[in-house]
Amino acid sequence: MSKKKLVMIGNGMAGVRTVEEILKLAPEAFQITIFGHESHPNYNRIQLSTVLQGDTTVEDIIMNSWEWYKENEIELFTGEAIVAIDTNKKEVISDKGRIVAYDELIIATGSSSFILPIPGADKQGVTGFRDIQDCETMIKSSKLYKKAAVIGGGLLGLEAARGLLNLGMEVDVIHLMPDLMERQLDSTASKMLKDELEAQGMNFIMEKQTAEIIGEDRVTGLRFTDGTEIEADLVVMAVGIRSNTSVAKESGIYVNRGIVVNDFMETSVPNIFAVGECAEHRELVYGLVAPLYEQGKVLAATLCGVETKPYEGSIVGTGLKVSGVDLFSAGEIEDDKHTKSIKVHNEFDGVYKKIVIRDNRISGIVLYGDTKDSSRLFKMLVNKEDVSGMTSVSILESGCCGGAAGSNDIASMADDEIVCGCNGVSKGTIVQAIQTKELTSVDEVGACTNAGRSCGRCKSQIADILAYTLGDKFKEADKKIALCGCTTLSRDEVVAEIKEKGLTSVKEVMNVLGWQQEEGCTKCRPAVNYYLGMIHQDQYKDDRDSRLVNEKMHANIQKDGTYSVIPRMYGGVTSAEDLKKIAEVAEKYDVPLVKLTGGQRIGLYGIKKEDLPAVWEDLGMDSGYAYGKTLRTVKTCVGAKFCRYGTQDSMGLGIELEKKFERLDTPHKVKMGVSACPRNCAEAGIKDFGVVGIDGGWEIYVAGNGGTDLRAGDLFATVKTKEEVIELIGAFMQYYRETANYLERTSKWVERVGLDHVKEFLADEKTRKALNERLDKTLLKYNEPWSEAIEKKEIQEKYYQKREVPVLV
Amino acid sequence: MTNIYLTDYETLPEKVGQVFQLNGEEIVLFRLTNGEVRAIENRSPHPKGGTLSEGLVSGEYVFCPVYDWKISLIDGKVQAPDEGKVKIYPVERDKEQVFIVK
Repeated sequence: MSKKKLVMIGNGMAGVRTVEEILKLAPEAFQITIFGHESHPNYNRIQLSTVLQGDTTVEDIIMNSWEWYKENEIELFTGEAIVAIDTNKKEVISDKGRIVAYDELIIATGSSSFILPIPGADKQGVTGFRDIQDCETMIKSSKLYKKAAVIGGGLLGLEAARGLLNLGMEVDVIHLMPDLMERQLDSTASKMLKDELEAQGMNFIMEKQTAEIIGEDRVTGLRFTDGTEIEADLVVMAVGIRSNTSVAKESGIYVNRGIVVNDFMETSVPNIFAVGECAEHRELVYGLVAPLYEQGKVLAATLCGVETKPYEGSIVGTGLKVSGVDLFSAGEIEDDKHTKSIKVHNEFDGVYKKIVIRDNRISGIVLYGDTKDSSRLFKMLVNKEDVSGMTSVSILESGCCGGAAGSNDIASMADDEIVCGCNGVSKGTIVQAIQTKELTSVDEVGACTNAGRSCGRCKSQIADILAYTLGDKFKEADKKIALCGCTTLSRDEVVAEIKEKGLTSVKEVMNVLGWQQEEGCTKCRPAVNYYLGMIHQDQYKDDRDSRLVNEKMHANIQKDGTYSVIPRMYGGVTSAEDLKKIAEVAEKYDVPLVKLTGGQRIGLYGIKKEDLPAVWEDLGMDSGYAYGKTLRTVKTCVGAKFCRYGTQDSMGLGIELEKKFERLDTPHKVKMGVSACPRNCAEAGIKDFGVVGIDGGWEIYVAGNGGTDLRAGDLFATVKTKEEVIELIGAFMQYYRETANYLERTSKWVERVGLDHVKEFLADEKTRKALNERLDKTLLKYNEPWSEAIEKKEIQEKYYQKREVPVLV
Repeated sequence: MTNIYLTDYETLPEKVGQVFQLNGEEIVLFRLTNGEVRAIENRSPHPKGGTLSEGLVSGEYVFCPVYDWKISLIDGKVQAPDEGKVKIYPVERDKEQVFIVK
């Protein structure tokens, strides 16, 4: 029997989920063709806001890869829209003139941002927030412009606004109503949300209606109906969505707000179905993922001839994906004459809970600041449980100030309790999958059960279930993250393969381990080069061309293509002779900027690439490695030699540390500081390694960071002598080198593996000795890079020359 | 259209851009692992500009050293999610010598 031809218009979450369900029920029944007007495979639209907020990338939100379509023999046309359906001939026609016949047709065209029909809405710089392209428009605009205006203070608008803040823009949110998210929150919760978001830097313009978008070609501002104006060079419209129904309508299918379907997702025309945000069911169009997936299930069963319960509509709960905001809402939110509600408002902890009860049953939930109870309460709401016998305390189990710890929550959860609301996955299903399929990570649970693969809000709960089910076998850190898009292998797997197979070059690693892009990318090439150097302590020949520009050139590239030159100045101590040399070079090469750096040395900025070797030669000083993933500087205070407070020789120790560890390749840059007393003038508390002199000894602080991950160092040990300081730092440094991910600072590394673990590991003297031996062996292989460049003509020619071409006219 | 001699093939190192100055224009030659030579203008299409000669070369792509944009050395196109285009120059080569066509 030949397969029936199934065509689907739309390649989004609801449609592709329906196809997944069909493949599960009847893998051989259909020959499937999908048309998607975007140029991507199916991706997780809900996660776009996290892409915009910078927490994840477009690649990470792809749910069905190109391979998935291939493996399931689905013919996929992307970047191609269907313009007409011939319901008599049973054919669809695409904008490229392609005609495809169908036996069954699914319309899953989703929805688009509703663009306000106001003057100027077609100007450049006005966008919706609906797809990858919108996201890219916003990211791109943020690099060129400063002021964004988001129209709409609902779910989507606030998530877009948070994203734009993360991208460094100033954000005004314009909202028509007096309360934000008024359809999901009552005014108390709404006020709390507004306060939090204002604290995060959003500016709200409430109760204003936009009349016009002003500007020439590109938007420059907004005018409101009351005549007032604001400036804006990017406008995001997030006032709502509109079902994409035009193709259906023009083809004679009955359309109201959406394409009208019955309880089996059938439209008014035989053999044509609709699912997702384009469909209207019992006068409702759903814009959240859980109902769409329920619809997909019913539709798949209908198409495969499997008996199914009809789809009878959904009750939906919503959250907001903005960091620092924890909220959940479902059902009715306002009281009326016939409702009674339980309210808890803990202003001190910023927690608000409201449970609306109608006829002894929960009819609405608003949770702000603590949403632990959300899935349990939501289940009570959906199941219409009678709560008349319960006390308010037992309804709000976790109370108002936290309550039971995570794992106890999991233990007390019923097996049929829903963990992933989007995909309807219960705790029991997850536990069973973990046990029978030996799953160990949140991602694996997602791949097996779909839990956590949509809005992602339940991922932490899935992790808790993993921890509860596996006990000690589960480690959060074991979650596998691929090195980059060129491979599926994680850092640990790559390192293990290098050791096991004895791989010795970047090229070999990529060949043997089946890299998808033969020569890798800017993420994996430098990383693999580092891992090889770390593993093969003395034999590995560094692959200079796998390093990024600064390390390759041994100078820091500036935005105009010139470089900075920063010579070594051990411990921030210099001499008249060195200062003279620096001054002479600055004059001779007409250096545009001479500046003291943050690391206690002198930088020469704006040097031309072709002048670098000559500048280095004239200086006659060593490279300060101000550009490297290595030890940068050791900042010191004057110390006991001159200072009346100093108890120790901080300069001496600083210089010794810098001389010992300079040039060593490390996963990321490493900074040190040595102070002679607890007044800590060298700011040792925010260095990767900070040493503070005390009477009769030294305190060693680790994993401090003064930059992006501002973090005070942890006191690691207190020792008596300089030798002990150097020995401990050496062991710590080597352990970090051997176990951290490339580009992971000590602060992040320590938080990942745990300070106590490192302390325990380094407590053993033999372990420390072995680490220091490996470190010392590695340190032997380094040459001073600037003098190498001066000596070797081939290096100068390869990296630093600019050739003039004589032009004969 | 004329062929302009830039250099001998053997002077080009693999995977490291070489800069040539021609009438005030900067051109980078890249010798790829497969032996081919590509020529592009030494200017990043990123709105903030910058050079391309020091970028990491992988297959037939170069990564902008400052903003990490991935740029095709075949047609000069910036790869998604970024957008833009670098000027490319056709390269002619006999056994030993490399020319660009202008």
